[in-house]
Amino acid sequence: MVKPHAVKGTPSQQLPDRRAVLKTGAALSAFVGGASVPSLSMAQAATGLSLTVPEWMKVQGRGILSPPYGVPSPFEKDVVRRQREVRVTDTAATSFSPLQNSFGTITPNGLCFERHHAGVPSIDPDRHRLVIHGLVERPLVLTMDELMRFPSVSRIAFLECSGNTPNWKSVNPDFGVQQTHGLLMCCEWTGVLLSTLLDEVGLGPEAKWVLAEGADAAAMTRSVPIAKALDDAMVVYGQNGERLRPEQGYPLRLLLPGYEGNMNIKWLRRLKLGDQPFETREETSKYTDLMPDGKARQFTFVMEAKSVITRPSGGQRLSGGPGFYEISGLAWSGHGRIDRVEVSTDGGQSWHEAQLQEPILSKAVVRFRAPWRWDGKSALLQSRAIDETGYVQPRHGELVDVRGVNSFYHYNAIQTWSVNPDGKVAIHVA
Amino acid sequence: MSRSVALAVVLITLGLAADMTAAAAERVGIGHAISPQDFAAWDIDVRGDGAGLPPGQGSVTQGREIFSQTCAACHGDKGEGRAVPGAVGGFDRLVGGFGTLDTASPTLTVGSYWPYATTLFDYVRRAMPFNAPQSLTNDQLYAVSAYVLYMNNIVPEDAVLDALTLPRVKMPNQEGFITQDPRPDVRSKP
Ligand code: HEC
Repeated sequence: MVKPHAVKGTPSQQLPDRRAVLKTGAALSAFVGGASVPSLSMAQAATGLSLTVPEWMKVQGRGILSPPYGVPSPFEKDVVRRQREVRVTDTAATSFSPLQNSFGTITPNGLCFERHHAGVPSIDPDRHRLVIHGLVERPLVLTMDELMRFPSVSRIAFLECSGNTPNWKSVNPDFGVQQTHGLLMCCEWTGVLLSTLLDEVGLGPEAKWVLAEGADAAAMTRSVPIAKALDDAMVVYGQNGERLRPEQGYPLRLLLPGYEGNMNIKWLRRLKLGDQPFETREETSKYTDLMPDGKARQFTFVMEAKSVITRPSGGQRLSGGPGFYEISGLAWSGHGRIDRVEVSTDGGQSWHEAQLQEPILSKAVVRFRAPWRWDGKSALLQSRAIDETGYVQPRHGELVDVRGVNSFYHYNAIQTWSVNPDGKVAIHVA
Repeated sequence: MSRSVALAVVLITLGLAADMTAAAAERVGIGHAISPQDFAAWDIDVRGDGAGLPPGQGSVTQGREIFSQTCAACHGDKGEGRAVPGAVGGFDRLVGGFGTLDTASPTLTVGSYWPYATTLFDYVRRAMPFNAPQSLTNDQLYAVSAYVLYMNNIVPEDAVLDALTLPRVKMPNQEGFITQDPRPDVRSKP
């Protein structure tokens, strides 16, 4: 049974007791302080709405197939991927997903973050090939049609760039959750288990690593340990019910659930089995973690447990004044399932267990929620994830005490949003 | 149901089941065999130990020419990188940064950070020049690699690199990597 954790000190904002919430079944009745629900007439007065019949009820709406491939309402035009800053090229570049506008756990295909090193190639699927060779008994070339005849599987998995959340040295006061955590997506992926393909080619006994290579203008390459390849790795062509988007590797990408995004090679064209890692630029110059002593960690693949509150988050506003708000966010772990998420409104002095939305899947994003009654005073909102291995998402200080501030990749510390009395929410600058 | 019909049903069911289990256990048998000659144009990777290096050779002197014509516009005449007004990051610096890895502002370059010289060949071969990837010949790749290493004082001015000599180039930071993931290294308590 869910139980709020011991409260230390005097919290200025209290989270309602979740047992009470669950017992009464009505969140609103469970608030501390017993504030009343605003009446409808008050709401009308506040918004200036008088309920006349709107024009869209008096004419026929748009016909079917306009357009044939549906797009969001024009009123959602600001819910788009964004660049964080202008870089020297727009092909070796990154765009960020608007997590502040996300619901549930699945990222819509058009909002999945982008990280390309040489742009998005336009690949004709009929001319695309996957070659599997190296330390195998039967080197093979496969067309897309052939790959799609193999036994298929679907799974939901998150994908996070290991460069997500650049909070090592300082925080940018202008960043919202799109800029701090927007290199995250969670999709339902469909394709073939890599182990099925490796059975097909027959693994040589010395095969210990797989080089995966993309068909983009960077011919992106990473080495994947054979244990991962045989465990839950997939080559995928389906994403959230349709073919992969070009930005996500159309027509074929590697999926390594829980591993850093870069290794999930897009536009996959080649898998080469070898007896040692290949030492590509992306696993030496980049995606290595520099420690304070000048040594760098290499082959740090798994994305450790992490969470972030997406609402309310930096750049948003508690527009209704003091009263009820739902705190909602995302948690994920490359080591498996999220066990629990805790939320604090007082900068981590006291923690309360959040509700996790079922289903809670291994290596997938989970949505957490906690009801909150804001008293109109300053507040510091935080979340922390604990995964099934018992790993606890660290505080910033705990993380940099061990790794220093120059390791760049794999930042997973607790994120703090500060709420001002005027309702403005911003990244907390310590 | 007559006995013969019942028997037929059983046989058909068994037959189907056998087909399906067989299909699950055996190789799928889809795809085409391919020989190394057929995918030679794709087989471009070069490993840390030099496996995969093609025939050919190139000198620092030849590399200087190639670099100034095909690389310097972005990476600077001396590989010092190039800032672009209004843009964050700039084009990568390829030279220098020695002795900075354990300081507050480390400068990671081919010279100061990369553990293998072969990675330079592999990366330039697949991705550079940025505006025309996979356009250099193997000789040009050896030469431009030699020149980048020369600018970093890693090979002498008269160096000529090929499949034998490139893997023998010892990079200053070769011992700088921990290849075993030590995580979980940060232990927080609820
Ligand atoms: C049009 C601009 C441009 C030209 C010309 C160019 N490069 Fe690059 N180079 C880049 C960009 C951009 C990157 C970073 C790509 C990325 O982020 O993946 C890069 C990255 C590199 C890197 C990796 C640096 C690191 O620290 O990881 C090397 C090495 C390199 N280039 C060498 C060369 C060589 C050699 C040439 C000439 C043959 C060349 N480049 C020509 C733009 C250019």
